[in-house]
Order: sequence, then C-alpha cells, then structure tokens
Amino acid sequence: MENVEKIRRFPCTVCPMGCELTVDTGSLEVTGNGCPRGKAYGVAEVTHPTRTLTTTVALRGTDRVIAVRTDRPIAKELLLPAMDFIRAYAAPETVKPGDVLVEGFMGTDANLVVTGK
Amino acid sequence: MYTITQYDAIVVGGGVIGCLCARELTRLGARVLVLEAKSDVAAGTTAANSGIVHAGFDAETGTNKAKLNVRGSAMMPGLTRDLSVRYRQIGALVAAKGDEGLAGLSILLERGRKNGVAGLSIVRGEALRALEPNLSPDLDCALYAETSGVVCPYGLAIAAMGNAMDNGATLLRNTPVTSIEKCGGGYLVNSIYYAPAVIDAAGLAAHKVAALAGIGGLKQHPRRGEYLLLDRTCGGVVSHTVFTLPTKAGKGILVSPTADGNLLLGPTAEDLPEGANCAVTAAGQDKIMATAKAMVPSVPLGGRITSFSGLRAVGESGDFEISYNDGFVVLTGIESPGLSAAPAIAELIGEKLGEAGLLPEKPTSGFDPIRTVVRPKEMTDVERDALIRRDPAYGRIVCRCEEVSEGEIRDALRQNPPALTLDGIKRRTRAMMGRCQGGFCTPSLLSLLSRERGIDETEVKKNEGESFVAHERTKGGNR
Amino acid sequence: MGSEIRTALPEVKVGLLVIGAGPAGLAAAVAAYDRGVRDILICERQDFAGGILPQCIHNGFGLKRFGEELTGPEYAGRYEKMAEERGIRIEYGATVTKLSNDRRVTVLSESGMKVYAADAVILAMGCRERPRGALPVVGTRPAGIYTAGCAQKMVNRMGLLPGREIVILGSGDIGLIMARRMTLEGAHVKAVCEVMDHPGGLRRNIVQCLDDFGIPLYLSTTVVEVEGEDRVTAVTVAEVDERRRPIPGTERRIECDTLLLSVGLIPENELTRQAGIEIDPVTNGAAVRENRETSIPGVFACGNVLHVHDLVDFVSEEGEIAGNAAADYLAKQEKIETAPVARVTAKNGVRYTVPELIGEGETKNVTVFFRVSDSFRDATLVAENENGVILSKKVRRMVPGEMQRVDLPREKLVGEVTLSVAPQGNS
Repeated sequence: MENVEKIRRFPCTVCPMGCELTVDTGSLEVTGNGCPRGKAYGVAEVTHPTRTLTTTVALRGTDRVIAVRTDRPIAKELLLPAMDFIRAYAAPETVKPGDVLVEGFMGTDANLVVTGK
Repeated sequence: MYTITQYDAIVVGGGVIGCLCARELTRLGARVLVLEAKSDVAAGTTAANSGIVHAGFDAETGTNKAKLNVRGSAMMPGLTRDLSVRYRQIGALVAAKGDEGLAGLSILLERGRKNGVAGLSIVRGEALRALEPNLSPDLDCALYAETSGVVCPYGLAIAAMGNAMDNGATLLRNTPVTSIEKCGGGYLVNSIYYAPAVIDAAGLAAHKVAALAGIGGLKQHPRRGEYLLLDRTCGGVVSHTVFTLPTKAGKGILVSPTADGNLLLGPTAEDLPEGANCAVTAAGQDKIMATAKAMVPSVPLGGRITSFSGLRAVGESGDFEISYNDGFVVLTGIESPGLSAAPAIAELIGEKLGEAGLLPEKPTSGFDPIRTVVRPKEMTDVERDALIRRDPAYGRIVCRCEEVSEGEIRDALRQNPPALTLDGIKRRTRAMMGRCQGGFCTPSLLSLLSRERGIDETEVKKNEGESFVAHERTKGGNR
Repeated sequence: MGSEIRTALPEVKVGLLVIGAGPAGLAAAVAAYDRGVRDILICERQDFAGGILPQCIHNGFGLKRFGEELTGPEYAGRYEKMAEERGIRIEYGATVTKLSNDRRVTVLSESGMKVYAADAVILAMGCRERPRGALPVVGTRPAGIYTAGCAQKMVNRMGLLPGREIVILGSGDIGLIMARRMTLEGAHVKAVCEVMDHPGGLRRNIVQCLDDFGIPLYLSTTVVEVEGEDRVTAVTVAEVDERRRPIPGTERRIECDTLLLSVGLIPENELTRQAGIEIDPVTNGAAVRENRETSIPGVFACGNVLHVHDLVDFVSEEGEIAGNAAADYLAKQEKIETAPVARVTAKNGVRYTVPELIGEGETKNVTVFFRVSDSFRDATLVAENENGVILSKKVRRMVPGEMQRVDLPREKLVGEVTLSVAPQGNS
C-alpha cells in the first residue's frame, strides 16, 4: 500500500512577512520559508505546536481579575486544560506585574506570570 | 388574606399620558398609584416617538385630537420649564410642490386657524429658501408653523412621574394589570389595589385593560414607526421640523432636529396585527432614507448612529377615544398627536374626575410643581466648575460621547423614578446615546448600577425580562 | 474657599499639553522630554494610563520596538515607567471638553474645571468603535450586542463573560482576538463573518484564533438581521456581492445569544474639529505634515486619532515624531509659519497617506505611511509629481489590513505629489 503524505499549508508567524509554508508531515520537509527561523517554525508547528497562553485569573476574595501570561509558549493541546486549571485558581490580591504565580505551569518549563495591574 | 391598599386614583400605564395624569391628579389632591407593566416608565409608545410638539393644524376641527393638541401645545413651554425637560420651539415647515401642493397647504392653514393655532403662514420662494436653505429645491412652498416644537418625550414622562412621586404618588413597575373588579363604588385592581377612579392609559394594551373591567368593544391595532437617528453634528442641517403634506397614513416621514440636537428621520407607518414587535426593517429604513433625501438632499446619512422603531395604538374612529364609564377613564387610539396633547389630556381628566366628585375637595397645598435636575452641560464653565467643587462626582466623566458624569448617573439611580436598568440610565442621562452607542461606557454603567442597587453585574438588565447584559463571571466570583 | 466669586475659569500656563496617556501620548511626552522639554502635562480621562492596552492582554506587541513579544499591559507598562522615570506629570480623570484654535485647553476633572494655555499641544485621543447602529443590520435591539472592544473590557478587566453562543462580525484583529478569548473562557464561537473576500487581521491571528479552535470564517458574508426581544436569540447572515450588498436567497440563520461587532475604528476627532483643524476626509483624522503638525501651528497629532494603526510599535514611533516636533517648535525663538512645500495625494490603489503635507525640514528622507485599497502582490509603488517619477519600487505584498511605509527623498518632494500602485500586479 502506498503511503499518502499529508501536506499542510499555513502562514509562518515568526515575523510580519507571513511566508506561506508548505510542510510535508511525513518527511518534515518545509518549503516556502523565507529564512531558517521559518523552517524551524514549520517543523515545530506540525510536530509539537506551541502557543503562549494569555488570560486572566481571579483575585482571591474579590470579584476582580488580573491579566496573566505564560512566559514562554506551551504545548497547544494544553491551552484548554490550562483554562480549566485557571478557572479554579485564584491569585493573592497583592500581586504585581512580573510576579510568578505558578512555576512549571501545567508541567511545562513555562511559568504563569502576572502582566496586568 | 391580602391587605387592600386604597388610593384616590389608579393610573394604568406609565407612558407620557399616564405620568402627566399622575402628576395632575396628585396636584388636585388625589393619592395616586401608577401601575406600569414594564420595568420602567416611558418604555412603550412614549420611548420611540418623534418628540414633535405639533402646532395643531393637522387634526380635523372639533375633534379631540385638534382641541387637545392645541391646548397641550400651549401648555408645553411652561410645563417643560417647571419639570426641567428639554423643549425647543423651533417651528415647523410642511413643504409642498407647485399649485397642487399650495392647495393642500391652504387647507392646512385654514384648518389650523379654525383650530385656534397662532403663528401660521404660507411661505414661498426666497422666503422659504431663507428659512430652510437645505430644503429640496423641488419643494417651493410651505406652511410655516411657528408654535411647533420638539421635546424629549421620555424625558417628559420621567420628569412628570418623578415630580408626582416627589409629591406623594406611588409608582409600581413590573406590575401588569391582571384583574379588575368593580365593587363598592370603585375598582379593585389585581385584587389588592382599590380606587374609585381608574385611568386606563395603557397605550397598546388599553383596550385589553378596559375589557378586564367589563368595558368591551374597543378596538386598537399597533402601527409601527421606524426611525433613523443621526449624530448631533448633523443636527444643524435643518433648523425646523420639516414635513411634507400628510396622507391617510398620517403626517409622514419628517426630518427634524431633536430637543437634544440630533437629527431624526422618520417615522414610517406600518399597520400590524396585535403582538407586533419593535423591529427595524430593510424596507422601512430604505423608505426613510429615500424620503429624507427627497426632502433634504444634503441629509448626511453617513452620520447615522442608530435606528429604532416603536408602536403606537390606532383606534377605529381616527380620533382619540376618551370615555368616562363611571370613574373608569379609558384612552384608546392615542396615536399622533398624543405627545403634544398629553398635558391637555391630563388636565381634562382631572377636570372630569373633579366634576364627578371623585377627587378630594380642594387641591393639595404644598404641591411643588418644580422638578430640578442637575445638568452640568447646560451650565457655564464657571457654574460647572463650582458644581464640581461642591460635588466631585460631576467631574468624573463616564459617557464621553455625551459627556455624562458619574454624578448625573448617580442622580438617575436615585432621583424619582430611579433608573433600574441600562435603558433607564440611558433615558435619564443620555449615556449610551452618543456616537459610540455605549461601546465605551457600558462596562462602567454596569458597575455603577450594580454598586448602587447592590446586585451583581450579572444581574443587571438592559431593559425587560431576561435582558441580562453579562451572562456570568468568568472566574466564578468570590473565593 | 471663602467668598471667592469666579467670573472665568482659572487659566494655567503649560509648555506642552498632551491629550491622552495611551501609547501615542506617552511616547510623544517621553520623546519631547528627551529632546529638552520639561514643562509637560498629559491629560488622561481614564484613571489609568495605557489607553486601550490594559485590556489587550494578548501578546504580539513590541516585536519591532523592543524585539520582544509583550502583552498590551506589559507594553504600556514600559512607557509608563519611562514617563515616571522622567517625572512627566499625568493628570488622571481629566477630560478635555474644549480645544480652541489658540491652544487653550479646557479640562474637567473631579477637582473642577480649568483652562490650560498651552504653548504646544499634542492630540493623542485615540479612536472609538463603529456601533451596530451605523450598520444596516435590521431586526430588534436586544441585550447581547457588543462591540468587540466593549466585550474585551468586560472579559479582561471585569471578569464578565458577555454570553455563551457567539457570532462575530468582522475578521479584523480585534474580532479574531475576541474569538479566541471567548473560546478560552468557555464560550462557543459559532462563526466569524467577514464582509470582504479576504480576512481583515494578521494571518498569525487567523491561525491562532480561528484555526486552533476550529472556528469557521465565512468570507464575503455579513450579518443582516438580529432576532430576540430581551436578549439576542439568533442572527441571520447572508453572502454579499462584490459591492458588499447582501445577495437575496443566501440568508442563513444562526442561533446565538451574543453578537460581537468588529466593524471599524473611527478616530476621535471631536476636539480636532472643534478647534477648526483641517481634517483628511479619508482618514477622518487631522491632515498633517511629516512632523505631524496640524493646520494649527504648535498643535500636533499622533496615533489612532490621526489614522488607525495596526501595530502599536508604529503608534509609538509616530508619537516620537510628534514629540520631537513639538520640542523643536517650542525651542524656536521665532515661530514663523511656513507654507507646505508639497501636498501628498493618494491615487489608484492607495487609499490614504500620512502625512498629507510636506513642510520644510532637514532630514534626507521623509517616511510616508499609507494604506492600499486592495490586495497587491509584486506590485509597483509609484511616487511622482509634475517633474516626473520620484520613486518606483516593487513591493512583494501589500494588503489593506497592514499599514505600509515608504521613504521618499525630501529634495524631490515639491508641488503635488501622488502615491499610487501601478496597474499591473493586482492579486
């Protein structure tokens, strides 16, 4: 039986050029990239896509929320489970921008960091 | 066992007529209860209204419409002054074309004079151009009615109700009338409110309320009118209310500055079955734009900020139908010129009930007809500065398009009748009525309302029923 | 207080008055300070600085400016810190109610009203969102219709979810960002509709906001009707023709409880018009010279109030241009008004240019920002005047949703200069 190679096409998001990448998910060959970073992105996007999570968390004992982010991208499939965790979590009221709320967020090497005031 | 509360008069319906009746009867010494089915006064026909205080030449001589319009129009300047309601006597032009048009205008002029309307004249050519330079050159003659004006319709209702309440009247909102029993010389409403006199000013539902009291045979149907509102920067395109000749369907689509300085186009006239809603239609909007452009070619449609529609009750006879049935006053068919006639209708009902011996012997001493509202934008800068120094809340701007301060919103949430919803705040302060239509200030208003009323933001409503603005908290609230 | 009777508002002199402490105003104030101005006051109507950025909690800001991918609050924080380090005064809760043509600025705040007589003014008031009422969407007016920015403020600043079953009109970045945001917070975004035949926002956002979550994007589609009495119960969408008119028979009903509108931003030029400043009818912002000076000498404009930007990095850059220009203006002993040496006009394929005028200056090149009215691939951008072609440059990709820039040699910019896209190369 012949192997049917799956080809994916998507724009590169590394820089505003937005080169249209074509990636063979079998051989991991990338074409259309304008630079090496784009090639790396193309491979990563089909093998282990990652995203930075930006959202809000509740402030303990209040009705208020504060903006947070992961300080580096995490696996894309962790985004929605991460939201479940965050829904149950509440940060202390006194946190400031830059404070680390959770180290090794969702078992990754990213931290959950406060960005808002 | 319910306790029955007794009043001298129960007014069913918190539209502009119901509110003015409540005030007038309170002035005459009556203890008044107003029952409003919706969440606020002025939420029905009164809300989506052109706000024109007609001069009174349109209605057939001798009709209720004619008599009450002319009287109401004469009462409006003093009334709006007492109640601090925005009113501007800008005059009106009924514009027409050629000899045929002139003939139509002459009929209106003649009728107007018979109805007792002052300040009517025919203007043509250069004189017309001078009065209204942006009028279509096709329209070469017009009836000029100097006494015609524009008022804020819901503003008038809210102020009248507020003044009535300040003087002792009671308002119950979210209270539809479900039963009326005739007993002991009076009427028992909803099994718990009793009064010898009931004023059925329930607008579109007036015939149904009357039927509850055993007064049948009254027929009304809704007529929908759509409007298109342009930004305040467009308000100067015309300086009078501009009409064309009326037809059987009514006065037609007009182009008018509003009391607040916007430009209003409309209404259409669409007869509908009972239960119709206030939707806006493509056909209606297209018709408004086409008609307005034909009347005023330079009408800046790009300045449109919103469209809305309203329903008015049309009766069978073509006139206001006012009946007195043994202390149960019924008002049906109150379409245009209902707003203009409203003060006179209230006055008339007061007189009739007095004649029938249904009101206390003499008017209340101590009735204060004056209602004051703090309006920082109408002050000079120096006055406004002094106001803010006394009360800093007036210096915190919440709605930037209409420059509405936190102080004004606080007043709207506290002054009779207090706003309970976003639409209530809107109609009392003009917040959310500007060019961004609440895009910027809605979140702040949610907070202010929730704080004032001690409810969660997720419980704040836009107006009725399930019109919640925020569905839920994202993080489940307090932890 | 005593028996003080005021007959006029107190007038306070100030060197440079900046209206707005958003990214444009902050950058302008910092630049002016660094160029030597010390008497600076920023009037900000909200209780916080940063403009719209504090509610833009997603990342993607600052790639050009700082070489980092910051969130909105982080980007705003950088500039707030710069302003703070320089001791630049910011008056919060200060709303400007009047701007006169002689640089008198009436400010209202909870301490009262006063007039600032400013030697120079920088307009940085930002923009507002186009509401439903400005669109031909018929039907009812229930609760549940929000502009995307309003919904964003509710979610990100107040922790409130506007609704659960969402339809979004407009695939510009704000609409796309909100599609993701609502989904992350547990709502179901059923569709994003876009009236044009191409998406409005950055491609990265199409991937990360729609594709990642399987949210369908319907191009050449618009919302034509809203249903629901108290709250939205459904919307009707329809396909549109090349003139963006709904095609009868293509209507489709989508049940939902929320409609988010991301249908355009409008610069807030109430004050600008009041002062009698010349407005560019295409941008709806002031017509300016390359130093961002308006038709009133000493009054400058920058940021979204001038023309709606896509990248906050360009907003900061523009703020710096205005701040520097204001500083130079204040330093001049004799303020001689000079006529512009050139007028720049947008032609075929170019929708508008900022600046619209070129004044006298010393830099070798002038950067002209512009937007195209169509998508172009491998097209030739042409700048010319009566003397001939000033510049002819092949550009790989130009789309309406991404602001472009081109450097033109100053010495050639005289008379009536037009900027256009040469006919071939339409994608």
